[in-house]
Amino acid sequence: MERRRSPRPSTVTTAVGTASGNSASAGTEPAEVATRPPAKPAESATAPRTKRGVPEGLWQKCEGCGATIYRKEAEEMQNVCPQCGFHWYVSAAQRIAQLLDDGTFEECDANLRPTDPLGFRDKKAYAERIVSEQKRTGMRDAVVTGTGMIRARRVACGVTDSSFIMGSMGSVVGERLTRLVERATAGKLPLIIISASGGGARMHEGILSLMQMAKVSAALARHSQAGGLFISVLTNPTMGGVAASFASLGDLCFAEPRALIGFAGPRTIKATIRVELPKGFQTSEFLLEHGFIDRIVARKDLKSEIARAIDYCGG
Amino acid sequence: MSSALHRLPLEKPIYQIEDRISQLEAAPVGAQEQEELRRLKRELVEVQKNVFGSLDPWQTVEVARHPNRPKTSDYLSLVFDEFVELHGDKAFGDDPAMLTGFAKLEQHKVLVVGHQKGKTLAERQACHFGCAHPEGYRKAMGKMRLAAKYGLPVICLIDTPGAYPGIGAEERGQAQVIAESMFLMATLPVPIVCAVIGEGGSGGALGIGVGDRVAVLEHAYYSVISPEGCAGILWKSVEFKADAARALRFRSRDLKEFGVIDAVIEEPAGGAHRHPRQMATRLKTWLVRSLRSLVDQPTDTLVAERYEKFRRMGVFLEEAAS
Repeated sequence: MERRRSPRPSTVTTAVGTASGNSASAGTEPAEVATRPPAKPAESATAPRTKRGVPEGLWQKCEGCGATIYRKEAEEMQNVCPQCGFHWYVSAAQRIAQLLDDGTFEECDANLRPTDPLGFRDKKAYAERIVSEQKRTGMRDAVVTGTGMIRARRVACGVTDSSFIMGSMGSVVGERLTRLVERATAGKLPLIIISASGGGARMHEGILSLMQMAKVSAALARHSQAGGLFISVLTNPTMGGVAASFASLGDLCFAEPRALIGFAGPRTIKATIRVELPKGFQTSEFLLEHGFIDRIVARKDLKSEIARAIDYCGG
Repeated sequence: MSSALHRLPLEKPIYQIEDRISQLEAAPVGAQEQEELRRLKRELVEVQKNVFGSLDPWQTVEVARHPNRPKTSDYLSLVFDEFVELHGDKAFGDDPAMLTGFAKLEQHKVLVVGHQKGKTLAERQACHFGCAHPEGYRKAMGKMRLAAKYGLPVICLIDTPGAYPGIGAEERGQAQVIAESMFLMATLPVPIVCAVIGEGGSGGALGIGVGDRVAVLEHAYYSVISPEGCAGILWKSVEFKADAARALRFRSRDLKEFGVIDAVIEEPAGGAHRHPRQMATRLKTWLVRSLRSLVDQPTDTLVAERYEKFRRMGVFLEEAAS
């Protein structure tokens, strides 16, 4: 169930290439991979979002196989392509709804807001970027944290959202995750963090973003010493400073199929070594093969797999 | 000595004077030339101060990357009384980009971990210009565990453009080892003192950077991403590297201001590459002083304070909870 490599239709092989190919257009260095998540599948209940390069409305082109998919059908499968099984973008809110028992989620630290400590400006001022991203996504920053139940097991849960500045980790993401970890340690709760962070450590907050990696990792070290369980779920995409900190520190590391996961962005690597990257490079399957992932878990199975792991680990 | 140095364009006013001094010193000397020499030497000091006192952020990067800038291996001989290299990660290989070993720092027996860039072209290539592979971080972790077991303080010398971006590095878990190394250092039961001596490149630097005391040399930098990488992503062209360097605020004084480092170690006028011995003495003074303040702390206090140190980092707004 976890290794769905062989029975794939032939389109899938190219799909893997496309997945990393897209992000290759993004950037360099650890903190990048600028794939915008595919335009949010129509979920009219939440804030409207501008869609980029994807036809509006009832149909959506699958990032995996290129087929035009009736959106409703994919939504019924938790945003998984019914034809090729490619796992599409889900927002943090959708993810929480999929994963936690109905009505059990209580958000924590929603009162934290990003600011602009560096006075950072590229083509656009970071201060303006924060406001426009908040308007576009309806989120305050790239993470949602809180507590809730998974099949009646109480957990501390954090989800990063790749639509907010590529899910990158700045001070707010680092602080909310650290508080979540500390809460899990103090309350002896299993900790679940689901990463969708192509942006790694957020450049716009400079060295402060880098230090969030150390901060969250230190909190996880304490959690582990106290005997706390941490399940890290890596989803498309998880790169740079997020992959190189909390996302890799799970007692158990699960990954959704065909997610892009790695340290350096494909374009940086290409520019450095000047050879074509192998097919399927930096995918979940690649990481599984090289021994860094415990299980590849399809989205539909994630909830029950997490519940089962908690049971095994004495949660 | 300076004639053998690689010459950065920004140093032109300095080496113009240095060249004239060399000429005068080589020629037969009369009273007039003596006077001129004295005048030039005074001027040189002033010009060095001016040039290095007003580096812009991109120039700082150039100085931090200066080919003649003292490297970990230089400090190993100039700062420490002995260095006993320990090789290998006991799993895959021995990464030359990460040096580890026992060393003596005055009366302290310590374990040193440091990035190595290499001096000759062959060395540089072997070290991948200071970009460590996963086996380098595994080696560092292995030796730090050893240090913890035998109560040796750890000294980390940071000088890397970043962890190596390559196929093998990804296959062997570059992200995993950097995360694990921070995780390990966060609770390591011995003092850890870190200094960024040249380039503090992103996760590759932080991977050996979780310490009780962290200093940055005056003209070193420590950044979430290289200025080239940042320019490529946000400006869509590496040409904007100087703009990115300015925006990232990664110079020693900025880092101090943001509360992410404890100290800036001043460089001699003209930079560490002109006066490696003087630089080494200053680095040694800081290392010894830091170590002295830590060695007698109870382990619990030490580790708790290290946690609090990183716990405080970050800037955000917190609205009153409703």
